[in-house]
Amino acid sequence: MSPQMIDRLWQAGLDTLVMVAASAGIAVLVGLPLALFLVTSGPRGIFPAPRTNRVIGTLVNGFRAVPFIVLLVALIPFTRLVTGTTIGVWAAIVPLAVSATPFFARIAEVSLREVDAGLIEAAQSIGCRRRHILAHVLLPEALPGIVAGFTITLVSMIGASAMAGAVGAGGLGDVAIRYGYQRFDTTVMTAVIAILIALVCLVQLAGDTAVRRLRAR
Amino acid sequence: MLGLAFHGIHDPVRWDTASARPIPAARTATAGGAAGTVRFEAVSKTYRSASGTVQALDAIDLAIPAGTIFGIIGRSGAGKSSLLRTINRLEEPTSGRVIVDGEPIEALDADGLVALRRRIGMIFQHFNLLSAKTVRQNVALPLAVAGVPKAEIGPRVDEVLRLVGLEGKADVYPSRLSGGQKQRVGIARALVTRPAILLCDEATSALDPEATLAILGLLRDINRRLGITIVLITHEMSVIREICSDVVVLERGRIAETGPVWRVFGQPEHAATRALLEPLSRDLPEDLAARLRSDRTAGASLLLRITCAGEALDLAALTGAAGAPVRLIQAGIDRIQGRAVGRMIVAIAGAAPEVEERLRVLGGEIERIGYVAADD
Ligand SMILES: Nc1ncnc2c1ncn2[C@@H]1O[C@H](COP(=O)(O)OP(=O)(O)O)[C@@H](O)[C@H]1O
Ligand SMILES: [Mg+2]
Repeated sequence: MSPQMIDRLWQAGLDTLVMVAASAGIAVLVGLPLALFLVTSGPRGIFPAPRTNRVIGTLVNGFRAVPFIVLLVALIPFTRLVTGTTIGVWAAIVPLAVSATPFFARIAEVSLREVDAGLIEAAQSIGCRRRHILAHVLLPEALPGIVAGFTITLVSMIGASAMAGAVGAGGLGDVAIRYGYQRFDTTVMTAVIAILIALVCLVQLAGDTAVRRLRAR
Repeated sequence: MLGLAFHGIHDPVRWDTASARPIPAARTATAGGAAGTVRFEAVSKTYRSASGTVQALDAIDLAIPAGTIFGIIGRSGAGKSSLLRTINRLEEPTSGRVIVDGEPIEALDADGLVALRRRIGMIFQHFNLLSAKTVRQNVALPLAVAGVPKAEIGPRVDEVLRLVGLEGKADVYPSRLSGGQKQRVGIARALVTRPAILLCDEATSALDPEATLAILGLLRDINRRLGITIVLITHEMSVIREICSDVVVLERGRIAETGPVWRVFGQPEHAATRALLEPLSRDLPEDLAARLRSDRTAGASLLLRITCAGEALDLAALTGAAGAPVRLIQAGIDRIQGRAVGRMIVAIAGAAPEVEERLRVLGGEIERIGYVAADD
C-alpha cells in the first residue's frame, strides 16, 4: 500500500469515528428521553398520556421500518436544510442520527420496562416525586441494559456509516467502494474490513466490560 | 439493645431518648387525632380491566388505633393488599374515605400526598430495594428526596441502621445480603423518616423461619420502643399470634370479623377465620388422622376439639355431661397475646349424636373433627 493510501485510510477512519460518535451522541440525547416518555406515559405510567404515547410510538415504529439506505436518500432535503450540504461527513450524520435514535429508543425502552414495578411503588411509598423516580429508580436500575443497548446501537451504526460512504459521505465505506470495489484493490478492501472488524470488537469489548461492572453490584 | 438516639431538628416528630418513647405533644402533627391512627369509612375498591371488573373491597369500616400491631388476614385475593395500600394511597378507593391521623387523605394534592407518605413507612414481600444503590444510599433516599441537608442524613442513616442491626453493611449493595438482611434494610428505609405508621405487606413471606422470627422480633421492638402503629398482612397465622394485638379477617372484600387476637383466634366466629386457623390446629396424632371418618358407624368414637379462652375446663364436668367414657387424646395451652387459650382433643366412645349439644353448656368452642372406628 502506498503512503497516500495509508493516509487516506487514516483520514477515512477518523471520518467514520466522527460520524458514528456525533450521531450516537444525538441518538442518546434524543433517544433516551424518548424511551423514558414511552415507558412512563402509558395508561399505568407515572406520567400518563396514552394518546401522545400512541402517536410517538407509531412515529418511532415508522422510522424503524424504513431501511437506512432509503432513509439516506429520502432525508436529502432535510439534510440540506440542517447542514447546508448533502455530501460529506456532516451531511451523513443527519440520516445516521435519524435512523439510530428510534433504534436506540426502542432498545432503551425495553430495559426501562424491565424495571420492577415494585421498585417504583417503593419509591412512591417513601415520598419520591416523579422526577425522583426517573433519576433514582428508572435510569439507574435500567442502566446496565441501556449500556448494552447502546453498544448494539454503536455497532450497527458503524455498519450504517459505511453504507453512508456509498453516497459520498466519506469514511471507511467510501474508501472501500472507491478503491477496493471500483478499482479492484484487494489490499485496500482487506484493510478496510480489518479496521471495521477491529472497531466493532473494540466497541463490543468496552460495552461488555461496562455492563459487567454495572451488573456486578 | 436498640441504642436509640433519635433527635430530630427538621422533623415534627421528636423522640425522648431516655425512654425511647415518642413525645406525644410533638407527635400530634395534625389536628383531630393522635399520630398513627387509621380509620376506614365505607371504603370500596373496584378494579376495572379488560377482563372485567373485580370488587376487591366492599364498604370496609374499620379503625386502627395508634400504637397497635394490627394484622390483616384472609385468603388470597380477599383484598388485604388493596386495603393496606389505600392507607398511603398507592391505591385510591373507588368510594369511601381513609382518614389518617384525623385527616381525610383523598383530598391531598401532590405535595400533601408526598408529606403523608413520609409519615407512613412501608415494607414489601420482595423488599424492593434499589440494586444500583448501596445500603446506605437506599436508606438515605427518603431523606435525600425530602431535601434534608447532607450533614444530617449521614448520622440519621447510621442511627437507623444501628436500630435494625446492620451497622457493618452500610456500604455493600443489596445483592450481597441475605433475605433477612434485605428486609432489615427495607425497615431502615421505611423508618428513616420517623413515620407514625408502618405498613407491612407479607413482609416475612419470602423469608426462612429463622429470619421471619428475627424480623418479627424487630417489628415488635420498633412498635414498643417507638410507639409506631404497625399494620401487617400475612398468610402465616403464627405471625399474627406472635406479634399482633388486633386482627381483621377479610373475606371477599368484606370484614368477616375483627377484634383482639386473643378473642378472634381463641373463639373464631366466622367460617373464614376457622378455615384460616385450621393449619394452626392440625394437631391430630397421625394414626388417628389416618383412621378419621366423617360418618358415624356403630361403636365409633366421636372426636371433638374443644377450645376455651380464659377459664379452664372442668374434666369431671366434661365426663358428666358426655354421659359416656371420655378419652383425652391431646391437650395444651396456647398463649395468644399473653392470654391462655386451652385446647383439647377428646374421643367419646359410642357417643350419642346430641352429645355435642350437651357439652356446649360447659362453655368453650366445640368442633367435631370426625369419627374413629373403635379398633380396626
Ligand atoms: N391492579 C389490579 N387490577 C385488577 N385487579 C386487581 C388489581 N389488584 C388486585 N386485583 C384483584 O383484586 C382482588 C383483591 O386483590 P388483593 O387486594 O391483592 O388481595 P390479597 O392481597 O388479599 O391477596 C383480587 O381478586 C385481585 O385479583
Ligand atoms: Mg396481597
